[in-house]
Amino acid sequence: MANIELDLPQLDVPQLDVRDGVDRETIETVAAMGAYKYGWATDIEMDYAPKGLSEDIVRLISAKNGEPDWLLDWRLAAYRRWLGMEEPHWAMLTYPKIDYQDQYYYATPRSMAVKPKSLDEVDPKLLATYKKLGIPLKEQALLAGVEAPEGERRVAVDAVFDSVSVGTTFKAELAKAGVIFCSISEAVKEHPDLVRKYLGSVVPPTDNFFATLNSAVFSDGSFVYIPPGTRCPMELSTYFRINAENTGQFERTLIICDRGAYVSYLEGCTAPKRDTHQLHAAVVELVILEDAEVKYSTVQNWYPGDEEGRGGIYNFVTKRADCREARARVMWTQVETGSAITWKYPSCILRGDDSQGEFYSIAIANNAQQADTGTKMIHLGKRTKSRIVSKGISAGRAQNTYRGLVSMHPKATDSRNYTQCDSLLIGDQCGAHTVPYIEVKNTSSRVEHEATTSKVDEDQLFYCRSRGMSEEEAVALVVNGFCREVLQALPMEFAMEAQSLVAISLEGSVG
Amino acid sequence: MGAASVKAEALATRLGGLALPDGMTAARETALARLSAMGLPGKRDEYWHYTDPSALNAVQSKPAAVSDNGAALFSGMDAVKLVFVDGVFDAAASDDLTLSGVSLGCLATAPAGHWAQTAYGALESAGQNPIARPWAAFNTAFASDGLLIHVTGKAAKPVSVTYLRRYDAANVVLHHVIKLDAGAEFTFLEQGPAAARLNHVIEIDLAEGARFHHIRAQGRDLGRHAVTHIFAHLGAEALFKSFTLTADGALTRNEAVITFAGPDAKAHVAGAAMGDGAFHHDDTVFVTHAAERCESRQVFKKVLKHGAVGVFQGKILVKKGAQKTDGYQISQALLLDDDSQFLAKPELEIYADDVKCSHGSTSGAIDDTALFYLRSRGVPLRAAQSLLILAFLADTIAEIEDEAIAEDIRAQLETWLARHES
Repeated sequence: MANIELDLPQLDVPQLDVRDGVDRETIETVAAMGAYKYGWATDIEMDYAPKGLSEDIVRLISAKNGEPDWLLDWRLAAYRRWLGMEEPHWAMLTYPKIDYQDQYYYATPRSMAVKPKSLDEVDPKLLATYKKLGIPLKEQALLAGVEAPEGERRVAVDAVFDSVSVGTTFKAELAKAGVIFCSISEAVKEHPDLVRKYLGSVVPPTDNFFATLNSAVFSDGSFVYIPPGTRCPMELSTYFRINAENTGQFERTLIICDRGAYVSYLEGCTAPKRDTHQLHAAVVELVILEDAEVKYSTVQNWYPGDEEGRGGIYNFVTKRADCREARARVMWTQVETGSAITWKYPSCILRGDDSQGEFYSIAIANNAQQADTGTKMIHLGKRTKSRIVSKGISAGRAQNTYRGLVSMHPKATDSRNYTQCDSLLIGDQCGAHTVPYIEVKNTSSRVEHEATTSKVDEDQLFYCRSRGMSEEEAVALVVNGFCREVLQALPMEFAMEAQSLVAISLEGSVG
Repeated sequence: MGAASVKAEALATRLGGLALPDGMTAARETALARLSAMGLPGKRDEYWHYTDPSALNAVQSKPAAVSDNGAALFSGMDAVKLVFVDGVFDAAASDDLTLSGVSLGCLATAPAGHWAQTAYGALESAGQNPIARPWAAFNTAFASDGLLIHVTGKAAKPVSVTYLRRYDAANVVLHHVIKLDAGAEFTFLEQGPAAARLNHVIEIDLAEGARFHHIRAQGRDLGRHAVTHIFAHLGAEALFKSFTLTADGALTRNEAVITFAGPDAKAHVAGAAMGDGAFHHDDTVFVTHAAERCESRQVFKKVLKHGAVGVFQGKILVKKGAQKTDGYQISQALLLDDDSQFLAKPELEIYADDVKCSHGSTSGAIDDTALFYLRSRGVPLRAAQSLLILAFLADTIAEIEDEAIAEDIRAQLETWLARHES
């Protein structure tokens, strides 16, 4: 495990030896159950744009990124549109009114004012931040890494700190394969034609309140282009870190997977503990052409707030994949454990004939967290297939909602959908909800939807306890079993991190 | 906001000079106040996402033809037979209103101080939260007639109601109030074309251990628009079973609002709907578990062809503390051709941890393999299709306990299938 280290604390509970039939992971996971691990802040000099949102701020962000006029106009059009839009409230989420003028829309480490030419010039404090998070940005360090077992996959990382991209690793090696992986601000300069052609083509700037806000004020994010017939030589990853207080993060990710290409993309996010809520409104657009495939995995671990619901990230995200041509494939996998509020529906537009969309999700809400998440599968092409596996876990006083849409259009003949959404309740103060929309408009397609809600199985718990496990260990094991189908869909390193996150997120929910 | 004023305006237009009928004055006035606060449903209402209410909202109802398709249902049953014509009780055509264990009366002729005075509109009013049901409030305010049934023991026989229609454009508002005392048992049967536009409400209050069976057949009138509500309130160990058969009709919205108020009660709601052509059928069910160890079951199946649209919105709400709840919901559609649509929103909202709740929803064409098997055994195509359609609907009929009634319903299904073979 090289890049995204688990970084589990050393076991200071020596009596926890590995017993027969209990794998070490579970023991470590349970031992590692502790408070939010990433809650520290980096003390670093920041430059802020003035608080609040106005045309001037939009212009300032655009100017800071040195953008061409067309992009400024695009942002301004979005901003003006946003002024006339209303914040949606159909989700099963309750939170105080967000004051959009009481946020910073742009914050950047002062040392990034003049963009460093290479990672060597990056402020060591920033690099230390990522190191502490377990994200090595220095590729040479990773290349020299002796601990990496044989055949270990390498991952190129783009790190976004508050509003700007800090650096991207492995650029040279990726360039050899023709893969473009850089921050979106850089892409605007280096590859304007690609950006202009595809930006907003999946999530138009008018799409919804939060996406429109993002279109106006997005500061940075990642850009990926995989040329035709290319299998991206390594996994790509973006690591988002919100550090500054009262700062919204609005990143924009654009991935274009050209004909016959393949890429696996990982996304991780953390933020420090703050008593105030922070806004995060991201947009992710995937364009997938003929025979291409994208795997997009997310471990979302923004600060969830404390037990009383103080602080935490408000996470309003629009993610959408457009399988634009025949046989395009996309797979969304998400592990949502963080954020005070989650509003997120990664969607698949299955436009090309025989295209395929998959959505695997674990959403965990503990304490005062609220999650309203799910997916949309829009079947437009013939013989399109989709699969949804959603596992929701509620504990504490949390509310967890699966909300999804499966739509079979009249022309999407011979298509297929299978949906399974299961909810698990831990404790009698939480809630688990399922709100699926199913629309079938042709006869040759088959749609199947199943949902269950239950509590942790008493028999399974009893069995684990009878084998000598503590109640917390037993619950962690049963919950990991409940999530297995989704964990298996994650790339190896992420699966490990996700598994331990599942247990950490449920800390304090038992007994 | 704009939406609210549009709804208020639609209501003002719809009500026009409509005056509240006599009797139940207090209940009617509060219902009208409720309705005024809600306004009429609009296309942008989430609860009307899949069903356009404009035909219900229109001032004038469209005429609807009755297609006579043979014998009436339940004819062989020993029951108290009651007849309503254009929404008014027809005493001459009905049996006497006497039945052992049951007190029977009519809304239009209820004297002052009648027991139903306090019950009328009570469950409807409680059922307006958390989701507004404007047409039910409209019904309480403007119902012209209905039955007031108080069951004190085991009813000697069922009450079977037939709704007849004299005018093509009859616009009917009917409201029944049914109250079962502790341990009482009662079966209520309904059939008939009723109206070109029907607004129908039944309020059913079941005391501890009461058992209630309801079988209803809506059909035989092709252009009908109907909005119906069942409000059921279950005490401890009560049993509620309701089955609805819907054949044809331009627009039918059947809502069932069921609340478990006492522990160990059971409620099963089932529906079989068959539509050919201009047919829009919407089953909207809202089950609230507010007590422990209750069981709810929703079984809804639809057979759709030639552009027919089926809608299912079912919700199970389990309140905090309603432990050991067993909630089940299945909605399925058989689409016989490419023009038909099935739109479903099966919801769970759960605030108690020790529960078992599930829902399933499927939609698709007739299974080719099963069809091939039957044909390979020499069954002609049409017959094989009918057989498979009947098998598909069988789960809903299985919810009817009385074998004779189930047989009647099955025969009705077969008649419909025979008439709609092509």
